[in-house]
This record gives sequence, C-alpha cells and structure tokens, in this order.
Amino acid sequence: MSPQENVKFLHQKYIQSLNREKKWVRFYQAVIFIVFFSGWELASQKQWIDPLIFSSPSKVWGLFLTKIQDGTLMVDLGYTLSETVFGFILGTFLGTLLAAILWWSPMLSKIADPYLVVLNSMPKVALGPILIVALGPSFTSIVAMGAIISIIITTIVVYTSFKEVDPNYIKVLQTFGANRFQIFREAILPASFPTIISTLKVNVGLSWVGVIVGEFLVSSKGLGYMIIYGFQVFNFTLVMLSLLVIAVFATVMYQLVELLERKLIKNGS
Amino acid sequence: MNFLKVDAVHHTYFTKTSAVTALSDISLEVEEGEFVSFLGPSGCGKTTLLSIIAGLFEPTEGTVTLEGKQVETAENEMGYMLQQDYLFPWKTIEENILLGLKIGNSLTPDKKAYALQLLKEMGLKGVESQFPKQLSGGMRQRVALVRTLATEPKLLMLDEPFSALDYQTKLKLEDLVSNTLKLFGKTAILVTHDIGEAISMSDRVFLFSARPGQLHKTFVIPKELRDETPFNARNHEAYPAIFQTIWKELESLEPAGER
Repeated sequence: MSPQENVKFLHQKYIQSLNREKKWVRFYQAVIFIVFFSGWELASQKQWIDPLIFSSPSKVWGLFLTKIQDGTLMVDLGYTLSETVFGFILGTFLGTLLAAILWWSPMLSKIADPYLVVLNSMPKVALGPILIVALGPSFTSIVAMGAIISIIITTIVVYTSFKEVDPNYIKVLQTFGANRFQIFREAILPASFPTIISTLKVNVGLSWVGVIVGEFLVSSKGLGYMIIYGFQVFNFTLVMLSLLVIAVFATVMYQLVELLERKLIKNGS
Repeated sequence: MNFLKVDAVHHTYFTKTSAVTALSDISLEVEEGEFVSFLGPSGCGKTTLLSIIAGLFEPTEGTVTLEGKQVETAENEMGYMLQQDYLFPWKTIEENILLGLKIGNSLTPDKKAYALQLLKEMGLKGVESQFPKQLSGGMRQRVALVRTLATEPKLLMLDEPFSALDYQTKLKLEDLVSNTLKLFGKTAILVTHDIGEAISMSDRVFLFSARPGQLHKTFVIPKELRDETPFNARNHEAYPAIFQTIWKELESLEPAGER
C-alpha cells in the first residue's frame, strides 16, 4: 500500500468509527424514550402507580386525538404559543434596548444600578396579580408576564457584554473618527451577538414560565389553563397532555434559536 | 511651518487614589514625509503620547497641531495601527479594509478600488471574502496595514505593530511597511522598544525616559542607513555604532539594580 492510499484508508476508518459512535448515541437515546413511555404505560396498567394521578401514555394519546379532532387543543396551543413568542421577543428586544441605553449613558447606568439589582432579585411572577389587574385578564397581560420575566436579566447580561468588548476595537474605530452610534453598530453590538444569542436560549425557557403562570392566574384559555383546569377537576390526563405539548414546542423554539445562531454568527468557522 | 508639532505636552492620569504623570513637557516636531520612532523603556508614556497625537484624548496641558490645526479624530487624517491587528472577526477582509472609508462616509467606487489594489500589492490577492481567522498572523497584520492606508491618512501611527509576530515575519513586514510608506511618501511615527527596529526603519529616533515620560535625547540616523531597507540596514557597517550609542543611552536611563 502506498502512503497516500494508507492515509485514505485510515481516514475512512476514522469516519466509520465516528458513524458507529453516532449510531450508539442514537440507539441509547431511543432506548431511554421507549423504556420511559412503556414503563409508564405498564406501571399505570398494573396499578403500580395511581392511574388517576399519573394517567398513562395511551390515555394521553387518546385525549390528544380527541382534542385534535374537536380542535380545542389547537386553539389553546395557538394562544399559548403566540403569547410565549411575543413575550420572548419583547423581553429580549426591550432588555437589549435597555442595555444599549445604559451603555450610551454611563451616568444613567450608575444611577440605575441599585434599581436593576432590586428588580433582578425580585421574583417576577409575584408581579402577576398586579399586571392582570392593571392590563386586564387578557392576552396583553400574559404577554407582559412572558416579557417581564426575562427583561431585567437580559439587560444585565447584555450590558455586561457591551462593557466587556475589547477597547482596542473601539480605539480602531475612534481613529477613523467614528461617533458613538457607529462604534455601537460596528463593534459593540456585533461583538455581543454570542451573548445575546445565549440570553435568547435562556429566555425561551423563562418566557414559557411567565406565560404558563400568567395563564394559571387568568384561567380562561391556553395550555396553562389546561393544566390548572385539569388539576381542579382532577383530570390528570389533561395535565400530562399539556405538559408534553409544552415540552415539544419549547424544544422547537429552542432549536429555532440555534438556527438563528448559525445564521447570525459568521466568522468563517 | 512644521507638519506635526507637539508643543509642551503634559499628561497626568487621575484615579481616586493617585495622580500619575505619564508625560512631562514633551516638545517635538516632525517634518512631512519623515519616519520617526519613539523608543524607550516601558512606562515612558509612548503610547499615551501617540494617543494624544492621534487626538484620541486631550493632554492635560499643551497642544498638538498637524499642519497648523489642532488634532481631532473626527478629521480622519490619522491612521493608527495597534500591536495586534484588531481586525473585526465577524467582518470579511474586504469589509475590514473598507471600514475606515465607511465610517468616514467616503466609500466611493474609486476609493474602494484603491483599497483592493493596495491589498493586491501587499500580496494578498483573493482573500477578500475570507474571514480574519482564516489568515495567518503576518497576513492579518498586512490587512490591518491596508485598512489603515485605505483612508489615505496624512500621518500614520504604528504602535508596536510587529511585537506580536514571530521574528521572521516581523523582519519581512518591516521591509514591506517601510517600502510602502516610502513609496507613498507618508509621514509615520513608530512606537517600539526594539532598538534595531527603531534604527533600521526611521530617519530620527526620539529616546524617552520613564516616570515621568520625558524626551531624553534625539538621534539622527545616518543617511546611508536611511536609504537601505530595514533588513539591509541591520547588516550595514554603520549599524553597530549607532546601536551601541543608543544602547548605552538606554542603559544610563535605568537606575542600577533594576531588572
């Protein structure tokens, strides 16, 4: 075998070993999935766990089909999903905007500092009742819940990353005579994209928390309402269905953020 | 009238607990087309002085004038090269070299063509759409030079631009930068702590002493060395003598027992 052929052969072997590893990872992931759901089903049927409380996959699936057919699931899902997406976008956008304002005015950031600390340590869901009274038990107040829960932490994290941009990039721009807005657009903001994206990932989860709690409180529609209603009438199949749907769509949102990340961060890697 | 005139510049940095004088009574003049070096031990305020000349901040006292006008960054007449390339990693090479023109709102097709031509002259053809991290250190520093030259600055400031490179790349780049600047007749100030680099590249060397930064002495580099490229100057017979003179002067600046 010539050295070149040998390298080719070794490379192929390396790729094969990578593929083999990938297959095993997928296999174990599938095993966990199957064991979890079949174990749940079995335990429920054999009455090892109380089927009234823990329901079972077959019951959840049955309910899923009925609720798809009568369309009620889609309505609730639609409400919750749009509330979450709006709350998420609003929270991230306003948080970043606030961070930009703080960066713009160092004086303002010094003044605002203790208030940010107080607001950040405050449990935001505790503001729920006030929001609902102020904005009405509606779409708006639930979106506000979804947004308010992530806005302050976004501000703090993004502002910190704005401040930590290497001052030499700013120096380069200053020698070209850049004004503060140009410095922000050319250096500060793009250098902070990775941080903004990672806050997006955190905010996906936070917005779901805000919206579900909001729906608990308003109790008229949405997946959060499904949970609280199922709890009140002791229909835990409904609660489980709602939880599973939330899990699926929260994951989808997270994946979309990752897609955005790959689009937004380009540096040749 | 002098091209660049630094007149009685003092600068003090204030913090809550201290006031450190970085520069004390600096006066010097640079002629158009001249290449000068600021040489000195660390802490002699070289970079501070360069930043003041670039108009990045105002000195506590004194004035800096370029062609009789007080310096300001907004005029966009200065080119500034830093120790590392500081190319923006999220911009392509082309976007990076056109940055200065974009900031100054002077991105005309002519100037764009000029910048791309410069890139080609630096031996960097075909890298326009690549990202900085795909290039080697020497290539990146050359791109940074193109970015600095693209705005056609009247005065070029080089703040230890070769110190982060390996020795071989550094020698090659010294030649390239020196030739390019001579070709365009640019006035340049080089900050360095490398005596050889100062001698081989400049027409005059300003030696600074530290704490507070003061102009200690000025050396005029002999004509025969000035006409050579930096690489050849280092091998010229007149080189060791001037190196020794500057070396001794530098040694005398440092109190015995230090280092």
